[in-house]
Amino acid sequence: MSAPTEATDIEAGLLDQQLTAGRLQAAGQWTLFWHKFKKHKLAVLSLVIVGLIYFVALFAEFLAPQDPAKFDPRFTYVPPQAIGWFVDDGAGGSRFQPHVTGFDIKVDAKSFRRIFTPKPSEIIPIGLFVKGQSYKMWGLFDADIHLIGPLEKNKPFFLAGGDRLGRDLLSRTIHGTRISMSIGLVGVSLSLIIGMILGGISGYRGGLVDRVIQRVIEFIRSVPTIPLWLGLAAAMPKDWPPLQVYFSILVILSLIGWTEIARVVRGRFLSLRSEDFVIAARLDGVSEFRLIMRHMMPSLYSHIIAAVTLAIPHMILAETALSFLGLGLQPPIVSWGVLLQDTQNLRAITQAPWLFVPGICVVVAVLSLNFLGDGVRDAADPYAK
Amino acid sequence: MPSNAAPNAKPVLTVKNLAVEFPVHKSVVHAVRGVSFTLSRGETLCLVGESGSGKSVTARAILQLVASPGRITAGEILLDTGSGELDIVKLGALGRGIREVRGRRIAMIFQEPMSSLSPVHTIGHQIVETILLHEKISKEEARKRAAALLDRVRIPNPEAALDRYSFEFSGGMRQRAMIAMALSCNPEILIADEPTTALDVTTQAEILSLLRELQRDRGMAVLFITHDMGVVAQIADRVMVMFKGEMVEQADVFDLFERPQQPYTKALLGSVLKLETPAPRPPRPAEESPIAEISDLSLHFPLNVGMLGKPAAYLKAIDGVSLTINKGETVGVVGESGSGKTTLGRTLLRIYTPTGGQVNYWRGDGVEVDIARLSKREMKSLYSEVRMVFQDPHSSLNPRMTVYQIISEPLRTNTAMSEREMRDRVAELLMRVGLPADGGERYPHAFSGGQRQRISIARAIALRPRLIIADEPTSALDVSLRHQVLDLMRGLQDEYGLSYLFISHDISVIRYFCDRVAVMKNGKIVEIGDVQQICERPEHPYTQTLIRAVPRPDPRLRLSAPA
Repeated sequence: MSAPTEATDIEAGLLDQQLTAGRLQAAGQWTLFWHKFKKHKLAVLSLVIVGLIYFVALFAEFLAPQDPAKFDPRFTYVPPQAIGWFVDDGAGGSRFQPHVTGFDIKVDAKSFRRIFTPKPSEIIPIGLFVKGQSYKMWGLFDADIHLIGPLEKNKPFFLAGGDRLGRDLLSRTIHGTRISMSIGLVGVSLSLIIGMILGGISGYRGGLVDRVIQRVIEFIRSVPTIPLWLGLAAAMPKDWPPLQVYFSILVILSLIGWTEIARVVRGRFLSLRSEDFVIAARLDGVSEFRLIMRHMMPSLYSHIIAAVTLAIPHMILAETALSFLGLGLQPPIVSWGVLLQDTQNLRAITQAPWLFVPGICVVVAVLSLNFLGDGVRDAADPYAK
Repeated sequence: MPSNAAPNAKPVLTVKNLAVEFPVHKSVVHAVRGVSFTLSRGETLCLVGESGSGKSVTARAILQLVASPGRITAGEILLDTGSGELDIVKLGALGRGIREVRGRRIAMIFQEPMSSLSPVHTIGHQIVETILLHEKISKEEARKRAAALLDRVRIPNPEAALDRYSFEFSGGMRQRAMIAMALSCNPEILIADEPTTALDVTTQAEILSLLRELQRDRGMAVLFITHDMGVVAQIADRVMVMFKGEMVEQADVFDLFERPQQPYTKALLGSVLKLETPAPRPPRPAEESPIAEISDLSLHFPLNVGMLGKPAAYLKAIDGVSLTINKGETVGVVGESGSGKTTLGRTLLRIYTPTGGQVNYWRGDGVEVDIARLSKREMKSLYSEVRMVFQDPHSSLNPRMTVYQIISEPLRTNTAMSEREMRDRVAELLMRVGLPADGGERYPHAFSGGQRQRISIARAIALRPRLIIADEPTSALDVSLRHQVLDLMRGLQDEYGLSYLFISHDISVIRYFCDRVAVMKNGKIVEIGDVQQICERPEHPYTQTLIRAVPRPDPRLRLSAPA
């Protein structure tokens, strides 16, 4: 027999090859989730971008230099101005003064186009947190401070150029962010509710209920979406106020969008139903409601977040497509899709390519939401190998 | 039994100071550290160790098959090619060099033959492809060779078998086909990574004897990886014991079993041998009173339900089973996969509803009920008396709940305990099953397999049950942990007066733990009786085959290979 201490050491080693409980060992599921998510660098970057976009959406009035509806026909299709940092101080040197320059405007007699030539002599100083046009923040209280703008009110300031009516495209795009991104978020929450309830019932109950719901989903998915949207949008009375149109569009989009989420939820329920730990909970005498809410749902959260993140870009694209075709949101509501309507004519492409800025925003938003969704989905199951 | 290898045979494979590392979470896991061994022609070297000991990684490193992000960081793997030595480490994982070695010189068979064979190609196609990859012969010739190989591994009707798919074969047949494929290019070395672990014990015996026979005929060197000391005793010439990535001991199989040198080897063998003798049991009382009486129970699943809802046939998962469980008794149910033993356990808790027969159960208050006919609500009241312990402690504990939440769940729904009382009770239960009382705030993944099974047991006994259905509670555990869990269950039995229905495929565990045992096959009980009598004097031919096939951890009791 070996010495007793040695024997117990070996016994302990045999008993338990457990590593010393480090931070990860004892961590909860969200810690593990975050740990895995962090490894997906693209997803982390996308998370930052998506965060920024929603920040812009939230503080649109403050961030936009001008009122999106303010028009000035003098500046029809004005090109973007570049920011200069230094101005001559008259004594041969230069001093720091961020500024943009004004324009010489000539009207071409043949084509009636306006020709803008930068006029270096006309300096328009700009600054941060300047007083500009007044607005109602979130429709609640009055304010007139803008993040960036000309120090002198009403001087031309078009960082992203102007549109057909001489409105500031940057301001309009920023305001469009709010509508487009909120359509995504609100529309998806609506689809989420429908999808989770129907998918949950379908997966948990099984049998006839499951079959009926699945056939309905298949039917909805088989209908070509654009004609369906068109039909539903066309059915909307033309005299509805813009806000009501906005909500109807939301309902239309989510009535179609819930199917994807319902499928995810159903699949998870089906596989969870026969998991040992769910059977074990049932044998603990747990009620059906508690079984679903306490034992099955927590395994679904991360999958649902992933499904939602991946569904938002669909919503955004759908809204953009509808509005682009002129069947979605109507002016004066500003969304990325509405802004893109201006690019439908050839003139925009040849003369004012900056009108595509909202399009770039759509691409960036959709891409980063997709990458974010991918990252979340990969991290969704921290216990998978 | 002398070793097949000539005493001073030149080794065909020499591994020197092999090290494999896996970078994980900014740290590095040393899966294999400084392992050295040699393998000679005609010799079987067994790599044995528990899960996580690095034995499989070692085997895979030899073929440069270490899964990413793992990599070989040091050492040499020298293969004697006949014309000098080839260092496999230097070949890298890609390229022509290593492909020449794989299959051609060193072949490998895996644990799960279903996932190693392609389901969309016929067996013949896969073997022929392997042959054509390495040799320039015509397709017809290759096919002829493939048929001969299938014949060699004793697959009946080899010509027809060539045109069948892997899913048409049983597990044992698939493993035979895998072996045939591995042999197709006459490799010098065969690496077998737990080739029989997924198989039933009778099939395992056949595969082992086949491997031994093939080795003798061809003079191959075999590197055999296993966790089962019984298999080691059956097949090894030499044994290398691994623990936590390091070699513990290397010895001749007889020396190792009879004169183990290292404490770890002693402890490992001790825990294996402990299961070889039944645990001491108090004698059964003269007057038995039953707690549950199963009579003529059957569960038929309809198959191929047609258009009119008329099943073409029935799968008879349980087919007229009668069995009595007495108070304080442990009844074992043993059988191979598909015998219906797990289904039987689950039917007793109405996870499945039986299609015929009855299960009379005497409740704690003396009332007799028929479980087969209880309503859902009535069944619920039984859940506190009849509990279940599952096979896989990884899947039976909700990964998203803390241990406290898991163990307190039955208390919460079945008792009126306050949160504070539950905390005390859970702490007490954790201590009882041998875990720290403050472990309740951790999640299950912070515990090892054995500890998790203890948590499962704590959950099962939380309500002071009367009958526990234990479905292979030790199968997912390393052998050194098995008897500890069994001893714990035995202690709880004395303390609570529990009865167990103990389901297992492992005869040694049954013999160690049970009073009586029922042998199941195809949904029927073929033999039932005292555990000693069944293990030593089985009467039914199937039981005899089953008992004989169990590899005993003693190289002197080696089964002779059939001629």
